[in-house]
Amino acid sequence: MKARFMKRTAAALAAVGALALGMGAAQAADPLKVGFVYVGPVGDFGYSYQHDQGRKAVEEKFGDKVKTTFVESVPEGADAERVIRQLAQTGNDLIFTTSFGFMNPTIKVAKQFPNVKFEHATGYKRADNVATYAARFYEGRYVAGVIAGKMTKSNIIGYVGSFPIPEVVRGINSFMRGAWSVNPDVKVKIVWVNSWYDPGKEGDAAKALIDQGADIMVQHTDSPAPLQVAENRGIKGFGQASDMIKFAPKAQMTAIVDHWDKYYIDRVQAVMDGTWKSEDTWDGLKEGMVHMAPFTNMPDDVAALAKETEDKIASGDIKIFAGPIYDQAGELRVKEGEVAPDEMLLGMDWYIKGIDAELPK
Amino acid sequence: MIRLEPRRQHSQKMVYLSPLLAIFLTLITGGIIFAFMGKDPIEALYTFFIMPINNAYGVGELFVKATPLVIIAVGLAMGFRANVWNIGAEGQLTMGAIFGGGLALAFYDSTSMFLLPGMFILAALGGAMWAAIPAWLRTRFNANEILTSLMLTYVATLILSYLVYGPWRNPEGFSFPESRPFPDAALLPIIYDGTRVHLGAVFALLIVAGGWVLLTKSVVGFQLRVVGQAPQAARHVGFRQKRMVWFTLLLSGGLSGLAGLFEVAGPIGQLQPSISPGYGFTAIIVAFLGRLHPIGILFAGLVMALTYLGGELAQIGLGLPSAVTGLFQGILLFFLLACDVLTKYRVRFGAVNKSGEAA
Repeated sequence: MKARFMKRTAAALAAVGALALGMGAAQAADPLKVGFVYVGPVGDFGYSYQHDQGRKAVEEKFGDKVKTTFVESVPEGADAERVIRQLAQTGNDLIFTTSFGFMNPTIKVAKQFPNVKFEHATGYKRADNVATYAARFYEGRYVAGVIAGKMTKSNIIGYVGSFPIPEVVRGINSFMRGAWSVNPDVKVKIVWVNSWYDPGKEGDAAKALIDQGADIMVQHTDSPAPLQVAENRGIKGFGQASDMIKFAPKAQMTAIVDHWDKYYIDRVQAVMDGTWKSEDTWDGLKEGMVHMAPFTNMPDDVAALAKETEDKIASGDIKIFAGPIYDQAGELRVKEGEVAPDEMLLGMDWYIKGIDAELPK
Repeated sequence: MIRLEPRRQHSQKMVYLSPLLAIFLTLITGGIIFAFMGKDPIEALYTFFIMPINNAYGVGELFVKATPLVIIAVGLAMGFRANVWNIGAEGQLTMGAIFGGGLALAFYDSTSMFLLPGMFILAALGGAMWAAIPAWLRTRFNANEILTSLMLTYVATLILSYLVYGPWRNPEGFSFPESRPFPDAALLPIIYDGTRVHLGAVFALLIVAGGWVLLTKSVVGFQLRVVGQAPQAARHVGFRQKRMVWFTLLLSGGLSGLAGLFEVAGPIGQLQPSISPGYGFTAIIVAFLGRLHPIGILFAGLVMALTYLGGELAQIGLGLPSAVTGLFQGILLFFLLACDVLTKYRVRFGAVNKSGEAA
């Protein structure tokens, strides 16, 4: 259904693209103003920090030709619309709204400012002047799963989740497929903290998981707190969104790093060139949007296997969600010889068979 | 040695002037901080306090932001006056949104004009019901309502999460945690075109007026004040404290529930995991900033709302971090408390005088 939607909009977009071209030329003398809206503080050293690194990369690349602005810690409620609107009203030509909860406000404001271009991360609603983008973080999670499967002694993985949205559920499934590919006895314990950024809760969740026997810590929340707990308790873990090695020099084995630099630079360039179009981008290890931090704190053979796994995912030799895949109820979701299509991954709200946990419903 | 000595008579005028003085001192201090950060203080203060409201949309946003704060704070102030400490307005707000929003979702294809009034009633009931739990625990078991109401906040948030991740999730929403959008009949009408000011702002004003009447013109208001200021006298004349606990908690819970509904039926337009950036907690500050008086609360709510809007514009216009919002709120509270202390006490230098009044 999504593909059809894309095709249908593509025609409409061509027209808008042409329109944008004219305007891009008219404004050539002034710097292109680019706004960013973050859900967390730039000092979270995780997700929002990484988006801000992307913003800085844009500034570095284009210098005087761009002027960037960001608003941090914007709540995903009634306030988002005002912040996005203010950015549009103060003359920003391109606005990145970097969290799922900004989807509807972005669409609303985009209707009122048809000449401004918007980019919404991790959502599914597009418009003529709203593109969407996300990274295939789950590819990195498969690599982490392989490492965890090799490294765990208790065979219990502690997993700190933010919200049970498809992105996070997909990550858990991918991680476990990676772990099981090398160690079929691995079990996962999951704690949901219902927040993207809450160091206190994240840390408490990590402690509870370790007390339940977990000897590898995985997190899908944005602060380094769970990894720091792992460091203090002498177990291993993975960084999230950003290379967190400084926070856990003995515990971090690798981190799934989001690299928005290239995408942001490309999109800014596209606006400057007048070639910007509303489209959906979902890139991973291959395109460099997801990137593995150096493999450390593990034996050489595990590091070599991790590297090989990373390369194979990038080259397409490993298809993470290749069938047969059963869900927890035993229903066949992906047939033998097939690969789960993106639409299925985008709406993934079920655990694969073998995960001994229940999704919060 | 510096001591604080109670003033025998403190000026009634100063009680009302001290918030204004505090705001003035906050501006001066803020300007100095901006100057230290290398920003032009006048331009920075202008960006922070004037730019957010120099157009109709901005003024509208001020009302949108102040509406829930004022509505909740008026209810809380009634309780605080009677020494009933409802700290869980955030949870009651959430329950109000769930109850009222639930009705909108149950009739998601309705066009009935009765839908919205029905949502109002359910939201107030939901909030009041959530506040009734601490009220019952306090009157029955003497359990501290500060703790019980606060803890119930987290329960309410989890119930909302459960609903939007599960049974109330939008079937067309790709499994993302959000409800269906509310139907038009369940959305608060916009009262000024081109802004987001909704009917809730009118309710906020009515609630302020109602609160004022209740507090100053009614027997209940008199009882509230006596129970708070002289609990023994209140007991002596037979005011029943338990009734005050019930009344203030149900009232503040109901108003918080209404405020929650105004958020989801107003600017948000659907249920989602996070509907309030802590309005229920900020309203506690608003209540005290407004001297626990409905009219004062109206102004305090507007000032507090302005610090949020200003913080956003300071980020956009000046490249300052979002912490500047919290900084200004902190400075404002600091000066308010300082002014209050100096209204009630005088500073004395030197040793305690012979009569030992300073104790």
